Amino acid sequence: MKKIITIIRPDKLEDVKKALEDIGCHGMTVQEVKGRGIQLGITESYRGTDYKVDLLPKTRIEIVAKTEDVDGIVDAIVKNAQTGCIGDGKIFISAVEDVIRIRTGERGNKAI
Amino acid sequence: MDPVLNSGDTAWMLISTALVILMTIPGVALFYGGLIRRENVLNTLFLSFITFAIVSVLWFIYGFDLAFGADLWGVLGTLTNPFFSGVLESGTLSSYAPTIPTALYAVFQMTFAAITVALISGAIVERMKFSAWLAFVPLWLTAVYIPITHWVWGGGWLFQMGVLDFAGGIVVHLSSGVAALALVLLLGIRKNAKLLPHHLGYSVIGTGLLWFGWFGFNAGSALGASNLAVSAMIVTNTSAAMGMLSWVLMDKLNTGKPTLLGALSGAVVGLATITPAAGYVNISAAMIIGFVSAIICYYAVSHLKPIIGYDDALDVFGIHGMSGIIGTLAAGIFATPLINSAIKGGVIAGNLEQLGIQLLAVLFVGFYSFVVTYIIGWVINKTIGLRVEDDHEVQGLDINLHEESGYRL
Repeated sequence: MKKIITIIRPDKLEDVKKALEDIGCHGMTVQEVKGRGIQLGITESYRGTDYKVDLLPKTRIEIVAKTEDVDGIVDAIVKNAQTGCIGDGKIFISAVEDVIRIRTGERGNKAI
Repeated sequence: MDPVLNSGDTAWMLISTALVILMTIPGVALFYGGLIRRENVLNTLFLSFITFAIVSVLWFIYGFDLAFGADLWGVLGTLTNPFFSGVLESGTLSSYAPTIPTALYAVFQMTFAAITVALISGAIVERMKFSAWLAFVPLWLTAVYIPITHWVWGGGWLFQMGVLDFAGGIVVHLSSGVAALALVLLLGIRKNAKLLPHHLGYSVIGTGLLWFGWFGFNAGSALGASNLAVSAMIVTNTSAAMGMLSWVLMDKLNTGKPTLLGALSGAVVGLATITPAAGYVNISAAMIIGFVSAIICYYAVSHLKPIIGYDDALDVFGIHGMSGIIGTLAAGIFATPLINSAIKGGVIAGNLEQLGIQLLAVLFVGFYSFVVTYIIGWVINKTIGLRVEDDHEVQGLDINLHEESGYRL
């Protein structure tokens, strides 16, 4: 089992969600977050003065999936969240020891 | 013939009074509340509301009499009806507006006093102790607002010289703008002095209410349901519109994009600048006033402020102070007896002397407001202290000063 955390542009959330649904990946947790990477920031202008806004709004999706599904999920995210410009975001994958469904107490793959 | 109460005038002045109340609560509160950090939103809104309450009470205990009572050496009115005693009961008509009750004139004037003090709060947000503000409001009302109002409107020395200030360019905008400047020099610069509005939508609502309420402010200053009120309403609206267009043009020329905050700021500049001239000028003068004033205020805010380096957080001086100065001088230029037969007019009507009186009023009132505000601020700083503790400023004032937060998200 793997945990996939991806940070994407907020406006790509709907496309990514739809693509994940199409390959049968339903469960996810989504957060509105702020962050920065290579892009560093953008400029906003108020009353004639420019200010650098260095933390940008992003969307963070957390998914736990069976190991064999990970490649398909990553493909779906990359294909749908990509614009080719700085600021598209990243995907982090890590191992998950166990998953427990609280309602039934089931463990492992069955609980995902 | 003895003056009689005119129900049309009285109705219009009741409505105007309510309109001006809407400018402070929640107009100014929301206009300012949208522009600061989210951690300070409640404190910022609170400053306007608590100011309105304090001024509302003091105005009837002694404020109205000291400003508008029988003149004493041109400096101050006399306190003849403390706690407004007997005024409501007697139902007399106002000597300033003979077709409406004295009490109605008094409450109309109360709304002006309240908004003037509330305007100053925009400069000191995000770092001033709430207790210091509570001390500042009555002191400033008493030592600065009331004397200035008496000089200009209550029969004092500037009134006797024939100064033109229809609805408060000197009394409201100049006095508060300069006071803001004096106070921020004592308060110092915020740790995070960026103007990054946390919710411009609030400011949109606030500006809308200000614009709407300003019809009570300016057209109400005709003190009756008259042709003059209609004229004042139209030039007020025209100047606001020109101010908005002009500031947006400045945005486009200077930083490349039209901004909504620029549009709102320009509208407020147009409204504030026309205020002293609203009952004296025609439409073409209003267009010039709104257009030119927004350009000057744009540069005062975006260029002058960084050069001098004071932290007038929401540009009370750059917007209201500058507008008050420009509008007061503009009244001395564009005023015409064709609009208001009670005056001789300004430079375009061949009355060059008027501009001199206007300039004298700007210089003296500006000087007086600055010096007395600075003294008040200095005394509060030595006793209560003006500035919040460092960690309170960093974490935000709402949670530390009020144990509340604006957003439960």
